[in-house]
Amino acid sequence: MSTVVDDIHHEEHHDHKPSGITRWLFTTNHKDIGSLYLWFSLIMFFIGGAMAMVIRAELFQPGLQLVEPNFFNQMTTVHGLIMVFGAVMPAFTGLANWMIPMMIGAPDMALPRMNNWSFWILPFGFAILLSSLFLEGGGPNFGWTFYAPLSTTYSNDSTALFVFSMHILGISSIMGAINVIVTIMNMRAPGMNYMKMPLFVWTWLITAFLLIAVMPVLAGAVTMVLTDKYFGTSFFDAAGGGDPVMFQHIFWFFGHPEVYIMILPSFGIISAIIPAFTRKQLFGYASMVYATASIAILSFLVWAHHMFTTGMPVFAELFFMYCTMLIAVPTGVKVFNWVATMWRGAMTFETPMLFALAFVILFTIGGFSGLMLAITPVDFQYHDTYFVVAHFHYVLVTGAVFSIMAAAYYWLPKWTGHMYDETLAKLHFWTSLISVNVLFFPMHFAGLAGMPRRIPDYSIQFADVNQITSIGGFAFGLSQLIFLWLCIKCVRGGEKAAAKPWEGAEGLEWTVPSPAPYHTFEKPPKVE
Amino acid sequence: MKMKPLLALMALFGFSAQAQNRLNLTQGVTDVSNRVYDLHMTIFYICCVIGVVVFGLMFISMIRHRKSKGREPAKFHESVKVEVAWTIIPFLILVGMAIPATSTLIAMEDTSDADVTVQVTGSQWKWHYKYFEHEVEFFSRLATQQEQIQNKFEKSENYLLEVDNPLVIPTGQKVRFLVTSDDVIHSWWVPDFAVKKDANPGFINEAWTRVEEPGIYRGQCAELCGKDHGFMPIVVIAKEPADYQKWIEDTEAEQIAAREREQELLDMEMSMDELMAMGEKIYNSTCAACHQASGQGIPGTFPALAGEGVSIDPEARDQHIDIVVNGVQGTAMQAFGAQLTMQEIAAVITYERNAWGNDTGDTVQAADINAVMNQ
Repeated sequence: MSTVVDDIHHEEHHDHKPSGITRWLFTTNHKDIGSLYLWFSLIMFFIGGAMAMVIRAELFQPGLQLVEPNFFNQMTTVHGLIMVFGAVMPAFTGLANWMIPMMIGAPDMALPRMNNWSFWILPFGFAILLSSLFLEGGGPNFGWTFYAPLSTTYSNDSTALFVFSMHILGISSIMGAINVIVTIMNMRAPGMNYMKMPLFVWTWLITAFLLIAVMPVLAGAVTMVLTDKYFGTSFFDAAGGGDPVMFQHIFWFFGHPEVYIMILPSFGIISAIIPAFTRKQLFGYASMVYATASIAILSFLVWAHHMFTTGMPVFAELFFMYCTMLIAVPTGVKVFNWVATMWRGAMTFETPMLFALAFVILFTIGGFSGLMLAITPVDFQYHDTYFVVAHFHYVLVTGAVFSIMAAAYYWLPKWTGHMYDETLAKLHFWTSLISVNVLFFPMHFAGLAGMPRRIPDYSIQFADVNQITSIGGFAFGLSQLIFLWLCIKCVRGGEKAAAKPWEGAEGLEWTVPSPAPYHTFEKPPKVE
Repeated sequence: MKMKPLLALMALFGFSAQAQNRLNLTQGVTDVSNRVYDLHMTIFYICCVIGVVVFGLMFISMIRHRKSKGREPAKFHESVKVEVAWTIIPFLILVGMAIPATSTLIAMEDTSDADVTVQVTGSQWKWHYKYFEHEVEFFSRLATQQEQIQNKFEKSENYLLEVDNPLVIPTGQKVRFLVTSDDVIHSWWVPDFAVKKDANPGFINEAWTRVEEPGIYRGQCAELCGKDHGFMPIVVIAKEPADYQKWIEDTEAEQIAAREREQELLDMEMSMDELMAMGEKIYNSTCAACHQASGQGIPGTFPALAGEGVSIDPEARDQHIDIVVNGVQGTAMQAFGAQLTMQEIAAVITYERNAWGNDTGDTVQAADINAVMNQ
């Protein structure tokens, strides 16, 4: 370390990096890797979105028009996998890479080389998954939940590629999670004790533990699928003493915490943005931390609510119903805290705030349908219908994705040094907000009226509602092109951003210039 | 009745009883389904009330507590009293909700003392029903024509919700369903009964219903089960007990007679033309979903029959029969010995060995099938 005196110069001095492709291939810089993750997730968002457009186009009218049922199933499967593992999770990892070191006053992530690797295996993982679509017989067509024996005995050989790509994505996630935990535990600036950390850091710390706990379970599940299909084992085959329902238990033991992996970082983002644009401290910081931790713990006790119809003993159904209902309590606490933060604040409505407010309302609607789904006897009616599709798209699109959009708008000035185009951003927000509700709200009705999910064709009573949904879908898809254009524009230029462009923003990331220099906090800042 | 977005909104708030049938949960025709519906409405109204309060406060805040109105932000950031209150109150609401949910669930899972028992077996992509008290069993397949699905004919009223052989049950009696599967997981769902039970291969699940209203009730497979998951509907006809009794006895007599007739027909030789005509019909209704009407199959998933494999190998006739009769373990190829008559199997194999330019010239007779089945 150089002397304290020329520290500023020192930072500037180091602000050079390799140019061209090697900068990105070999980078160990948390900001570069963060950008890679974010761009990658945006590309995946559009690929997964294109598949959603195929689905909505086929469902625009009853009858089969555009695609064969087998291809339709591949679209629903790969759309789900891409959006979960390719769009939402890498976006959060990208945000973690960019923001966590700056928020806790660390110079970089703790394990920078591993950081490089955990990103760079992702494109290969998805190349394998996507290439499987071009195999004879097509790609995975058994739903993103790959229930056995549909994914074992009855699948084609793309399953092997699917399993391999899941392993790669899992390894990437585990490495990312390890990095986050090690960074947060060891690299906080002096004075930054745990209960002073921004909530985004807290929620990511808890998320990282969830990832480490459940990604190996997913790896186990896909490996058993592989050996059942190719090596004569019978984990999920009753004829050999196995049980297909056991697959679902294993899958959802991963799958339910996975759901919270995709929403806890959102809670952190919203908890940063609402106070900033309310100009008022977050209400109930400590209870936010405890609520996040309780949600994480409960997430391990509710997996079987995805499988109420599989024929469980009554006591098990009751246990999982009660635990699931219980999750509403800490989740409610979070929503109430956000509303209390707004109460008697001095609000302004820049785009990050608009997305955050939309998040609170629409995520809560997703929470309501979740509460309805928790009631086992009624779940028998909702299960595997469009009501479920509506529910998880409200929590994942208007929840997770909206929070990522909010985060992007909030931190774009810090990342690029330019203010984004506020008019375009508002246009993006309003078109997204309206179209996303036209897209997903009618799905509740289709589901209640009895339309099963994952079907390429439906009876004529569902025609109107599907048509509305498809129109909303196309509009939502197109609206995202505005976002793409806006991001490119913001990277290229725009009004210079101040170090702290938002009046009420708090946190160490706003103490460094915009754009954030290549190296920040080489000398730890002092936290009061 | 066309659904309009406005109606949708009205139904959401419970204003329009008429629109509810199309946009709200099916109320159904059993005591259980009505209890489920009531639970649904209760939890829905609870959510509405919470939503109005929370979103109301949010909107008041968004309208009044703005910087543009010259507001100075308040300083408060915690309150133990309030925080304890909004932890306890939701908890109590949930307890209130859990009590009726628990009692309904326990009632739904009580499958004891059934009057009628039906075994329901899912397979790709049809349902099989077998009555325990009578010698009656049959397959139930989608009855909608392919031309409607391919948009060549106008779609009928019950498009995709009609079957060739519906399940028939008596009203006013407790009917128990034993649900299982021959291949992948399916899920037997009739919304009007609030019964949805997964059909797991190798395991048997139980469900029950007691239908009070005679009528026709329609449902669909609810668990993704492969290519034609969207095309395996369920139709249940509930008849007055006397009508049901007559139906089941007639059907039983018919099925016994059919089995006897099949034995008698074993010696009958059918001509190539007869076999081909019958075979084509059976092939298109039973085999074409996987192997395709063209016999080309789906590469990588379902093997082709045209121009390759056992269907053109003159030595492999008996192997061909064995595959169709007994299926192929560990693949999607089912054992059709239990699904088709011997005559039908003979016809379909003859068809497969001679259609699409396969031209082996082989004819297969019911007696050949009988020989393989009795091996």
